[in-house]
Amino acid sequence: MSRPEELAPPEVFYNDTESFKYTSSTRVQHIQAKMTLRALELLNLEPDTPHFILDLGCGSGLSGEILTEEGYNWVGLDISPSMLATGLDRDVEGDLFLADLGNGVPFRAGTFDAAISISAIQWLCNADTAGVDPKKRLLTFFNTLYASLKRGGKFVAQFYPMNDSQTESIMGAAKVAGFGGGLVIDDPESKRHKKYYLVLTAGMSDRQINLAGAEMDAPQQTDRKMNKKLKRKLENKKEFINRKKETMRRRGKKVAEDSKFTGRKRRPRF
Amino acid sequence: MKFLTTNFVQCAVKSCHSSLTSFPLQYEECQLVQQEQDYNPEFIVHMLERLDWNAIVQVAKDLGNESLPANKPEDLDPIMEDSQAVLRDLHTLLVETQIVEGKMVCKNCGHIYYIKNSIPNFLLPPHLAN
Repeated sequence: MSRPEELAPPEVFYNDTESFKYTSSTRVQHIQAKMTLRALELLNLEPDTPHFILDLGCGSGLSGEILTEEGYNWVGLDISPSMLATGLDRDVEGDLFLADLGNGVPFRAGTFDAAISISAIQWLCNADTAGVDPKKRLLTFFNTLYASLKRGGKFVAQFYPMNDSQTESIMGAAKVAGFGGGLVIDDPESKRHKKYYLVLTAGMSDRQINLAGAEMDAPQQTDRKMNKKLKRKLENKKEFINRKKETMRRRGKKVAEDSKFTGRKRRPRF
Repeated sequence: MKFLTTNFVQCAVKSCHSSLTSFPLQYEECQLVQQEQDYNPEFIVHMLERLDWNAIVQVAKDLGNESLPANKPEDLDPIMEDSQAVLRDLHTLLVETQIVEGKMVCKNCGHIYYIKNSIPNFLLPPHLAN
C-alpha cells in the first residue's frame, strides 16, 4: 500500500470521506489509542495533578479522547478541516484549531505542560507547494513548539518516517531548536508493527522521561549484522568448508562425511 | 474555543512574536455559548499561575464583560471552603464560556483570524507564512 503522504497534502488527502473512513475504523481507533497511551507512558507526567496538553495533528480527536479519559485538558491543532469537523461531530472536550504545523504553533511562551503528536509530523517532511522548504518548516515548528512548552516540558511524537533521512532531518531540527532527547523504537524486529517515538524535553525536567521497557535495540541490531560479516571474514578454510557442508546437508544434498582430514592440504607424496 | 485558550493564543506571524501589542488578540463580533463542563478546581489553580490577568481583563472587555477585578485572585486552595466561590466563578468564566463565532484581530499586523463553529482558523495566507 502506498503512503498517504505520497498521494496528496494532508488537508487534501483527509477529505470528508477519508476522515469518516479513518475515524470510524475500529482498527485505526485501536492503534491510535494504543499509541497515545504509549506516548503518555513515555511522557511520564506526575499522576493526580492536572496538566494542560497540546495535541499536534489531533485529527478527529481520537488521541484527544484518550487524553480526556486520562483526565488531561488539551488543545488540538490540525490542518484538515474535514478531520476537525468529524471531531466536532464527535463532541471532543478539547479546543480544536485549524492550523498548519509548519507555520508554527500559535501559542505564547510557557503555555503547555507537555505535547504529544500521533502519526503527524512525517507530513512536515513533504513540500506540497512551490517555494516551500520542508527543512525550514520543521525548524519553525520545533522552535515555536519549544517556546510554547514550559521549561522542563516534554514532547512525545509517534511518526512514520519514510526513510532514515526523514528521521534524521526531524531529529536534527529538534536539536537545533534546543530540545534534548532521542528516538525510541518499539517492536524493532517487526516491519509491520515497528513504531517510532520521538521523545524530547525542553530544558531540564524534575521527572525524567519514562524509558522503562524501551530497549536500546537499534545499535544492537547493527552489532549482530556486523558480527556475522566479521565472522565470515575471520573464519579459516576448515570452518568455511564445514559451514558450506552444513548448508548443503540442510538442503538435502549428498555431502562427504566429516573427518579429521576435512579441509587439509594434500601434501606432495615425496 | 474556550475563554481560557484566549489567554494563550497569539498571532502566528513570526514578526508579531516580538511585538508587545500583538498579545492578546482583539476579539470582535463574537458569539458566546455557555457549555457545562466538569468542575475541576485543581486544574483552575494549576492554570492560574500562568494566566496573564491583564489579558484576561482585556479580552473579557472585548467580549462585553467589564465586571472582572483588576487584580488576579491569589492564594486559592482547591480544598478550602472560602475560595470555592471564586474558583466556581473562574471555572464558569474560563472553561464553560466558549466562543462559537467571531473574529480575532492581531493588533500588530492587523490580520483577522476567523472563528467558525468554535474552530479558529490559523492558516496563514502565503504572503504571511513564515
